[in-house]
Amino acid sequence: MSMDKSMNVLIVDDYKTMLRIIRNLLKQIDFNNVEEAMDGGEALSKLRVGNYGLVISDWNMQPMTGLELLTEVRKDTRLKTLPFIMITAESKTENVVAAKQAGVSNYIVKPFNAETLKGKIEKVLGNA
Amino acid sequence: MHDVQNLADRLVDLKRRYPVGQPDLVTDVVLAVLGSMTGDISHRETALLHEIGALGEAVATARLEIAALKVDDITVSYIPCATDELDAIVSHTAAATESILEACETLDMLGDTLEGEAARKLQDATSKIYESCSFQDITGQRITKVVSTLKTIETTIARIVMTFGKASITASTSSPVVEGDGLLNGPQLARSAMDQSDVDKLLASFD
Repeated sequence: MSMDKSMNVLIVDDYKTMLRIIRNLLKQIDFNNVEEAMDGGEALSKLRVGNYGLVISDWNMQPMTGLELLTEVRKDTRLKTLPFIMITAESKTENVVAAKQAGVSNYIVKPFNAETLKGKIEKVLGNA
Repeated sequence: MHDVQNLADRLVDLKRRYPVGQPDLVTDVVLAVLGSMTGDISHRETALLHEIGALGEAVATARLEIAALKVDDITVSYIPCATDELDAIVSHTAAATESILEACETLDMLGDTLEGEAARKLQDATSKIYESCSFQDITGQRITKVVSTLKTIETTIARIVMTFGKASITASTSSPVVEGDGLLNGPQLARSAMDQSDVDKLLASFD
């Protein structure tokens, strides 16, 4: 199944360097329509008015964390099936389980490489 | 029995005169009570008074030892200095990372004008640079954890100083508030962390 790489992708991280890195890595795999949000609240506002095909979000943000964002997305009837990848330095079992239970599509551990990012996106969009 | 009552009355009187306990006064109080006692007191009461006296001396000694540590230097100078240094590390490495990313983006633009093997090799190289730049996020989170720990130590030391150095202030029993308590703990050390393959296996177990 080929991916629609023209889709809008929302990347969410409170650290602008990380946003810049992810945006560049996405560009290298031909995702050029990338928008950014600096926390869960801003991301949710954008998701509710925009048309996105994928969310890639950090967990550790304030005031709304990535997990809270995911929970809100899954509660929203329009967004509940939106592919959602969590990227975080947290890799404790309980964190992964909590994310899965909240409905995460996939989970990437920092630091990650371009190959991992590409692989997870393909898996998530292939299953979407 | 009358002597015990007398002792109790004297202790109540002393407590009234010195409502805020001062550790080194405890010894003086015990000695004063012992010196002014009339009649016989039991072995048990004597032992109790000696223990209270010893406790007072131990607390007074602890105060002197804490004073000798110059804890004010720790809370006023060392810890704030250390946190400032760590903040500077985060700031400088962030600036350096931004410069690296900027240069890398220029290379990527140059890569767009190339074709074939050269273009592929250049993209592989810039991908690796982008990946490596994520170190800044990880080190930043680790340093933030260290700063948070230092602030907790600072708060705890300040509380000890208040307790032992300023007896009129009652120490709080609540835990110090650490900034970002509601967040996760940040990057784990390699020995206690799961890697990507462990996470993948765990996720697959849900399917």
